Amino acid sequence: MNNFDYLRPSTIPEAVAAASAPGAAYLAAGTNLLDLMKGGVARPSRLIDINRLPGLDRIEPLPGGAVRIGALVRNADLAHDPDFARRFPAVAEALLSGASAQLRNAATAGGNLLQRTRCPYFYDVASACNKREPGAGCEARGGDTRLHAVLGWSESCIATNPSDFCVPLVALDAVVEIAGKTGRREVPLESFHRLPGDAPERDSVLEPGELIVAIRLPAEAAAFAAHARYLKVRERTSYAFAVVSAAAALRIEGGAIVEARIALGGVALKPWRARAAEGMLAGARADGAAFRRAAEAALEDAKPSGDNAYKIVLARGIVMRALMLAAAGTPERMPALPASPFALSPGVLQHV
Amino acid sequence: MGLSISFNLNGVARKVELDDPRVTLLDLLRERLDLTGTKKGCDRGQCGACTVHVDGRRINSCLALAVGCDGANVVTIEGLARGDALHPVQAAFIAHDGFQCGFCTPGQIMSAVGLIQEGQAGDDPERVREGMSGNLCRCGAYAGITEAVIDAQRELAELDRRQVA
Repeated sequence: MNNFDYLRPSTIPEAVAAASAPGAAYLAAGTNLLDLMKGGVARPSRLIDINRLPGLDRIEPLPGGAVRIGALVRNADLAHDPDFARRFPAVAEALLSGASAQLRNAATAGGNLLQRTRCPYFYDVASACNKREPGAGCEARGGDTRLHAVLGWSESCIATNPSDFCVPLVALDAVVEIAGKTGRREVPLESFHRLPGDAPERDSVLEPGELIVAIRLPAEAAAFAAHARYLKVRERTSYAFAVVSAAAALRIEGGAIVEARIALGGVALKPWRARAAEGMLAGARADGAAFRRAAEAALEDAKPSGDNAYKIVLARGIVMRALMLAAAGTPERMPALPASPFALSPGVLQHV
Repeated sequence: MGLSISFNLNGVARKVELDDPRVTLLDLLRERLDLTGTKKGCDRGQCGACTVHVDGRRINSCLALAVGCDGANVVTIEGLARGDALHPVQAAFIAHDGFQCGFCTPGQIMSAVGLIQEGQAGDDPERVREGMSGNLCRCGAYAGITEAVIDAQRELAELDRRQVA
């Protein structure tokens, strides 16, 4: 790990000023950043510890029914907040399907949005990577590409975004609140992460020094609470990143879908909202045929970036399954294995 | 700002001068304070061997900077027993053969104590296994670990009842 200056500002403007210097990085829990620094992947010259900034650790109900999640709210605290989990069950399920209990106790909401890809070529400093070193090339192309992107990728980068949390958030129209040198601004989460294009080194639309202060879910997002799921295929039962994942949320009245929300994870460099598929479900009966058509539409533009055509088939299946489970109803209690597509009857051994 | 930190470690107030901001909580414990019960496995947040409690929450000490623990309350495996009396979770790991080589055991035990305090798993083995999935055991003592956690949880609940009564 390279050496760095350590600063612990006590106000947001001080933090923004300190982080505007070249080479500066914000430190929240550090569960991703310290890992990257240990591997020499990230080499910040200055760390701005934001853990003591006031007012960023609250889950705040807003007038009218929206909720504001402070950037420093820890993953576990958000997922286990009874009111939040009741109103936004797919978000809670996604959080609890990610990482381990220890990491969820530390990792923050804002940090989750800023976690870097888990592409092994990005992590291996001996490999060429346009994201790590602009213009260096991409050794993932033609390499081990089983887990790489099938949507929105470019010749310069085929990495994926690893977040679970962001998938239901983007489906539910979350908004990112940002503080910067010139004041506050808001960005819909759907436009927050960038597709790689020819500048994959930039993960998000954040400008130097800008700080995520909160993530807001609109009141309308709670209208899906009765029919909302997150499903995630992993290479092992627990404590693994998604191969592919999907959030599905439905408003159903009299057996017909009034409104549908669908997003995918593990398929692109950003959480992938499937708006065309959503549109096809509005007014449709909540049945397998409609869900199959929607799943096909969600993956219509997908193309393999290497040996990963299987991910397109898998993602189609997981979208369909998430829709079917959402239609069946949000479980009364969080499943023992959150987001597992292999959940069997209660009491049956699921860890195999 | 100086890199002097004050924190509570296993019930004792400590003040430490750090000569380098890169020191993790794990390295502070093991290399500078000689508390080698907390183990370094992967050092990257993947194995759970370094699990300790900071302000009552189980975390991976390899991914926490020591300088960030200024003012914190830290409990390690060395802080669990009361003299010669093992913590019920420690006793349960022995009773149920919840280890073989023992390297992951301090992290497993600290994680288990955290899991029980969080109160999310109950006595459902599936939820216990899921709640302990951040602790790898290369010897494969998982069956004994799950039994130990459930048994210790029962024992702790019983102790609580007696204290209330």
